[in-house]
Amino acid sequence: MASTETIDVEIWQGDANGGAYRAYAVPAQRSQTILDVVTWVQQNAEPDLTYRFACRVGMCGSCAMTVNGKPRWTCRTHVSKAGDGPLRIAPLRNLPVIKDLVCDMTEFFDKWVGAGGVFKPSTTRDDPIPAIDPSTVERAAASEAIECINCAICYSACDAVAQNDGYFGPAALNRSWSLINDIRDAGRTERLSAAAGTGGCFNCHSQQGCASHCPNLLNPTLSIAGLKRAAVKAKVRGEI
Amino acid sequence: MLDVRLYLAQRITALVMAPLVIGHLAVMIYAVQGGLSGAEILARTQGSVLWALFYGAFVLAAAIHAAIGIRAIAYEVAGIKGTALNLLSLGFGALLLVMGLRAVAAVVLP
Repeated sequence: MASTETIDVEIWQGDANGGAYRAYAVPAQRSQTILDVVTWVQQNAEPDLTYRFACRVGMCGSCAMTVNGKPRWTCRTHVSKAGDGPLRIAPLRNLPVIKDLVCDMTEFFDKWVGAGGVFKPSTTRDDPIPAIDPSTVERAAASEAIECINCAICYSACDAVAQNDGYFGPAALNRSWSLINDIRDAGRTERLSAAAGTGGCFNCHSQQGCASHCPNLLNPTLSIAGLKRAAVKAKVRGEI
Repeated sequence: MLDVRLYLAQRITALVMAPLVIGHLAVMIYAVQGGLSGAEILARTQGSVLWALFYGAFVLAAAIHAAIGIRAIAYEVAGIKGTALNLLSLGFGALLLVMGLRAVAAVVLP
């Protein structure tokens, strides 16, 4: 639906050395998302505007940006939900900028691996697949944490990450917690050792910025609290 | 920056301090309401092993607890790292310990 109305948009452009907001008037559409706005600017006004997206349906976690000061998944955020006044779109916080709206995710995924994010199988492909009882406490805890799409919105929202560059952050620790509760996983000790270490769960101040901003409504703070309990128990029992 | 050892030490010292603070407040209210003079208070504390242990335990717990707290704040707010961070937090803990134990000694030593 074409419209003569426009939206005032400011998009940050630059690189690791700095940048500035540039203003655009983007035609308003019905059910228009932030990603639609960015795409319109790139296709009609700023051909070298750099941004990242893939699925456009909230599954891939690649289009996260800072919208009016808040980290959001732009493909599922309608312009009408982003607040009043001009739209200000910027790259995610807490990650180095490559160009314009694209951040370097290396540190995010390195920490994900460092926290023990990689599944360690306890059986081989020749063994029968273990049955997982959906009514167990462990499976319920894993289910609460498992829908993470690694969009790094929680990482961007986290003040502990902002102040503590060694901290793994909410996404990595949430992933660790989902694996701790996976009965097929054989990496519990390494995972709890990482969680108990200097970059681990004890750096979390439980401010819940992650839970407030997670687009999938996960609660990484709860996962981190679970990790804290598990790591303390393991330490007291001499397992780590 | 905080690992499980420091986290546990800070939680356990908090657990130790909580009843001691309540005991301290209760004694203060009791002493004020009873109209005890400084000399009368000192007469009860000097030579008392119980009061030495009570306030000695509080000073030790407070020194450990606060040193870990300062460590986290110094790292996150001031960006102090490595040896400087260790020295700062150990130094702050030692300062609290010495000052606190001196105060305890002043009221319990005969």
